[in-house]
Amino acid sequence: MAVVSALVRRPLEQVSGLLRRRFHRSAPAALQITVRDAINQGMDEELERDEKVFLLGEEVAQYDGAYKVSRGLWKKYGDKRIIDTPISEMGFAGIAVGAAMAGLRPICEFMTFNFSMQAIDQVINSAAKTYYMSGGLQNVPIVFRGPNGASAGVAAQHSQCFAAWYGHCPGLKVVSPWNAEDAKGLIKSAIRDNNPVVMLENELMYGVAFEFPQEAQSKDFLIPIGKAKIERQGTHITVVAHSRPVGHCVEAAAVLAKEGIECEVINMRTIRPMDIETIEASVMKTNHLVTVEGGWPQFGVGAEICARIMEGPAFNFLDAPAVRVTGTDVPMPYAKILEDNCVPQVKDIIFAIKKTLNI
Amino acid sequence: MMQTVRRMELKADQLYKQKIIRGFCHLCDGQEACCVGMEAGINPTDHLITAYRAHGFTFTRGLSVREILAELTGRRGGCAKGKGGSMHMYAKNFYGGNGIVGAQVPLGAGIALACKYNGKDEVCLTLYGDGAANQGQIFEAYNMAALWKLPCIFICENNRYGMGTSVERAAASTDYYKRGDFIPGMRVDGMDVLCVREATKFAAAHCRAGKGPILMELQTYRYHGHSMSDPGVSYRTREEIQEVRSKSDPIMLLKDRMVNSNLASVEELKEIDVEVRKEIEDAAQFATADPEPPLEELGYHIYSNEPPFEVRGANQWIKFKSIS
Repeated sequence: MAVVSALVRRPLEQVSGLLRRRFHRSAPAALQITVRDAINQGMDEELERDEKVFLLGEEVAQYDGAYKVSRGLWKKYGDKRIIDTPISEMGFAGIAVGAAMAGLRPICEFMTFNFSMQAIDQVINSAAKTYYMSGGLQNVPIVFRGPNGASAGVAAQHSQCFAAWYGHCPGLKVVSPWNAEDAKGLIKSAIRDNNPVVMLENELMYGVAFEFPQEAQSKDFLIPIGKAKIERQGTHITVVAHSRPVGHCVEAAAVLAKEGIECEVINMRTIRPMDIETIEASVMKTNHLVTVEGGWPQFGVGAEICARIMEGPAFNFLDAPAVRVTGTDVPMPYAKILEDNCVPQVKDIIFAIKKTLNI
Repeated sequence: MMQTVRRMELKADQLYKQKIIRGFCHLCDGQEACCVGMEAGINPTDHLITAYRAHGFTFTRGLSVREILAELTGRRGGCAKGKGGSMHMYAKNFYGGNGIVGAQVPLGAGIALACKYNGKDEVCLTLYGDGAANQGQIFEAYNMAALWKLPCIFICENNRYGMGTSVERAAASTDYYKRGDFIPGMRVDGMDVLCVREATKFAAAHCRAGKGPILMELQTYRYHGHSMSDPGVSYRTREEIQEVRSKSDPIMLLKDRMVNSNLASVEELKEIDVEVRKEIEDAAQFATADPEPPLEELGYHIYSNEPPFEVRGANQWIKFKSIS
C-alpha cells in the first residue's frame, strides 16, 4: 500500500511541479531605480515626445551632467537639444526664458540652486511675473531644475535651500521630489506645464534607489503639481516634510511605531501651490502637527504651513501648538560634526514628535 | 508713423500731468526714427524686445494707440488689461516692455535661439540703452549669441544719458557699437529714419545668412527727461535740447526730404498731421473714459492653462478667483 501510494504521490508531485513551472507567476522582481535615473528617464521621455523640449546648463551635454543626471542625453539628442552653456547663469537663464517666450520648452539646469541666485531676477521678474503683467498674453513654459539645499561637506555657499525663496512668489510653481517616483512624475509634469516651474532636487538623493512601481514606468506617468502624498497613514500625529527629510520622517515613524506611536507622514511634493487641504484633513484626524524641512527656520516652509493651519479649520483640532523641525539657523559649516547638527536628523524629528505629544 | 508716435507720447505727457496716467512713464519723443525705421527694415514675423521706453515700439509692432493709451491709464481696454502699465505691453512677436534694466538682452538672445531652433529665417531685434550697455548680463548674452551664432541683432539706443548720467560718466568706452568685441558692430544715425531702416535691413540680412549676431548703435536723443518725474534739465542744458530739436528732429528731417524730393507736398503732410491728431484724440478719449479693470479680475492670469483656484487677499477672508 505504501509502495503504491508512493508511486502515486511522485507523479502527482511531478505533475503539480510541472504545473507550477508552466503557470508559475510570482510578483515580478520589484524594479529598483535611483532618483538620478528617474529624472533622466523623465527628461528623456519628454525630449522624445516633444520636439520643442530642450535642456541647457553647465556641463549638461558632453560631461553627462555635473551630477550625471543628464547622462546619455547628448549622445541621443545632439547639440541642438542638449546645450552646454558657459558659466553665465544670468545670461543663460535669460536666454532660456526668452526661448520659452518664443514658444520653445526649455529645461534650464542650475548646477546647484545656489548659483540660481545670480539669475534669480530672470526667474522671478522675467519668468514668474510675465503672464500676469501681460494680462494673459505671454506665458513662459520653462522648467528650472537642479540640486537644492544641503549636500555633504560643501559648506555655506553651496548648501542653501531655496524652497522658501521661490515658494514666496506668485506666478511660479515649485516642486520638491523625495523619491524616484516623485522625481520622474514631477519632472514630466513640470515640462508639460505651461508655466515656469522650479524643481528643487537633492544631491544626496540622486544615488538612492527606490522601488519603481509599475505605473511609474509608463511614458505617460505624471504626478499632479499641487498635490501632496500620504506616505504613511497614522492616527497620533501628522508629520509633513518635503524632499530628503521625508525619508527621515518615514524612518522616525518606523522607530516610533515600535513604541505604539503611529505617525501620518505627508510628502508635500509641491511647495507652491501648496496642498494645504491634505495637511488640514490629516491634522483634523490626528490633532498634532510637526513640519520638517532642510531650510532655515525663519520665513520658511514650516512657518507657512503653521500660519495656514492657524487660519483654517484644522486649528480647532490641534491639541498642542504646531512644531517645526528645520535646518539650524546658521550658514552651513564644513566640519562634519557641525554640519550634522545643522540638518534635521531622525532623532530631532522623534524628539519634536514626542514633545508635541507630550511624551 | 513717426508723427503718430510723437503725438501719442505728447498726449501721454499731457495725461500724466493731469494725473490720469500714474507711476512710471518713459517717453520716446525724439527717438521716433528708431522704432519706425527698425520696423521698416524687418518683417512682422521677426521678433523685437526692448526695455521700458517702449510705447513707440508697441505701436510699430502692431498695437493701436487706443490700446496703448488705455494701458497707460490702467483701464480694461488696455493691451494688458490694465495689469501691466507703461513698461509691460506685449504684442505678437513683441516681447515688451521690460522693467529690469538689461534683463531683456538675454531674453532677446533666447528668442533668437528659438528662431534658429525652429529653422525659419526669423531674427530678433534686442534693444537696450546706453545705460544698460554696462550690464554684465549683456556681455554674457554677446558671448553665447556669438558662440552659438544666434540670429540676434543687438541694438544700443544711445540717447546720451542713462537717466541723469551722461555716457562719458558711465562708460569707460562710449563706442557702444564696439563693445560687442567679437561681434561686428556699426554706428547709425538714429535721427534719420531711412538710415535706421537701411542699417536694420543690412543687419537682418547678416543674421538671416547665418553669420551670427550683429550689433548696431543708434545715436539718438530724447526730448523728455528719463521719465515723467525727471524734468530733464538738471544734467543737460535747454540749449542742447533745443539744438537737437531744430537741427536733427527725425520728423522734420523726413518731412524736409520728402518735400524737397517732391515725394509729398506740404499740404499732404499737413493732412497726415490732422489725421494723426484725430486718431490720438479719439484714443485719449477712450483711454480716459474706459472703466478700470473689474476688481474680480485681480487674481486672473497667475498661471496659464490652469483650472481656476483661489488667491489670498489682504487677509485670509479676502479671496480672489484666479482663472487663466
